[in-house]
Amino acid sequence: MLKLNEHEKAMLAGAEGEPRRLAMEHILQVAGFFDAADLVEVSQAHIMADSEALGEAGVAFLERLAATPEDARRVRIPTVTDPRGADFKAYKRLHQDEAVVALERRMVTAFEALGVMLTNTCINYQTIMPSVLGEHLAFGDTGSVIYANSVQGARSNFEGGPSALAAALTGRTPRYGFHLDSHRRGTKLFRLADRPETLDDWGAAGAIIGKAMASYWEVPVIQGVEGAPTSDELKHFGAALASFGSTPLFHMIGVTPEAPGVAAVFDGPPPPAEAIGRADFAALHEAYRPSGDKLDVVVFAAPQLSLMELQSLAELLDGRRIHPDTVLLAATSPELKSASDRMGLTGKIEGAGGVLLEGVCFYQMHARELARANGWQRLMSNSAKLVNIIGGYGYEPVLASMAHCVDSAVAGRVLP
Amino acid sequence: MGHRGIGPKVGGLALVAADNFSARYDLDLHAGCFSRPSHALFGECYVGRVLVLNAAKGGVATAWMLHDMVARGLAPAALLLNFANPIMAQGAALAGLALVDRFDCDVTAAIQTGHQVTVDPERGQVTVIRPA
Repeated sequence: MLKLNEHEKAMLAGAEGEPRRLAMEHILQVAGFFDAADLVEVSQAHIMADSEALGEAGVAFLERLAATPEDARRVRIPTVTDPRGADFKAYKRLHQDEAVVALERRMVTAFEALGVMLTNTCINYQTIMPSVLGEHLAFGDTGSVIYANSVQGARSNFEGGPSALAAALTGRTPRYGFHLDSHRRGTKLFRLADRPETLDDWGAAGAIIGKAMASYWEVPVIQGVEGAPTSDELKHFGAALASFGSTPLFHMIGVTPEAPGVAAVFDGPPPPAEAIGRADFAALHEAYRPSGDKLDVVVFAAPQLSLMELQSLAELLDGRRIHPDTVLLAATSPELKSASDRMGLTGKIEGAGGVLLEGVCFYQMHARELARANGWQRLMSNSAKLVNIIGGYGYEPVLASMAHCVDSAVAGRVLP
Repeated sequence: MGHRGIGPKVGGLALVAADNFSARYDLDLHAGCFSRPSHALFGECYVGRVLVLNAAKGGVATAWMLHDMVARGLAPAALLLNFANPIMAQGAALAGLALVDRFDCDVTAAIQTGHQVTVDPERGQVTVIRPA
């Protein structure tokens, strides 16, 4: 039986306005589904906000909330957004439909009326406010959840848009799943026999482990990583693991804060370790081997690029020219786009013929319609997460390193 | 029997596979069919069907998408999974879509495509009323 305090009961009764009453009703349904005993206060919410996912119905829902009195509709905790579906400064270069952009503008206006800060980023844990060990959150991107839970030791379930919004309006979420110690224990053990060298190999490692996860409730434990990986390496590893596995938490022995040793993360003796190495990374890439070499579009996104990735891309492209038959896109957060402009990185990327987008991510940009508008089919990326998603949108994805992708973009074909 | 679910009592023809589910990864939401080439139900239309699959996979988009699918009349009648994740529950709650998971059997083996079934989420009960 769910226990509510007096404040929560008042919100549920509508004493603090219709948006908070609706939010509490939503919270109660999810709490009942997962047998939560009570609610937990969260310090931040992160809302998935692309117009393809919301659709007309989702945007109209937000607009109804936005039309309520100001004291009823404003969010109660700092609330930020995931990437949107159109870069208002660049959408014409990609031939995006004006109807998509109009829907995006309505969505932005509604979120602003609710007091949501439109950060438009999935790398909020790198760029906006890193979370802290033990901090309870309502994060709404699988990549941001797995990073905050695993690398920073915070506590969040996957909070999709409606749920993250409910958390934002009430300041709480049902206490179940990864808010509880009992769900943060390891269930499977893996050993990295070879250290991944490139971001796409870190993604491949995450993808392989993600495929082995039977459900959301499994927690993989990874041993054998000597020395700390970088934040970008763990970002690609986690994003792929979360995408292939629907997995919100991993422990990496000697690296992540809740995993000083194997004994610390398993109840009882650990299961036998499954080894993953170079041959497995290669096999994952092989699953995305192209049927031809014509290259339509190269995408660096999912997750958005850090400043360090932008610097790597700028150096790889500096002084070169992307083939006229191939389009090269990269996506980052608005803050890092500004930094990239200031530091001359954007100039190098766009000077070579690339397009640097801000506040969006490729698969959230109505990718099926983008393919039709631009005649794209074969897509090359160093993101294991992106190649996992984008096949359903009619693309033929190819996974390779950033350097290999850039060389192929310059050649205008997928290089062997 | 499954765990207590979300959404209204409904019935419909089952569409079943021992594969996983994400609305964003697997579906063409405008055509109302499975569009991911590697999915076991690739090419199948899901509109109005009781969709029976193994586990929720992928990202968070399904939480918004189910709501828009219902509004446009292009949603399944119900979703039965061995293991939902929070995204499926949140999406079903906003959409008013029937969702049940955590059965006392492998639901993808217990129900076959073409079975006429009723789904009572409040009781976590799924009944096959006519075989295929």
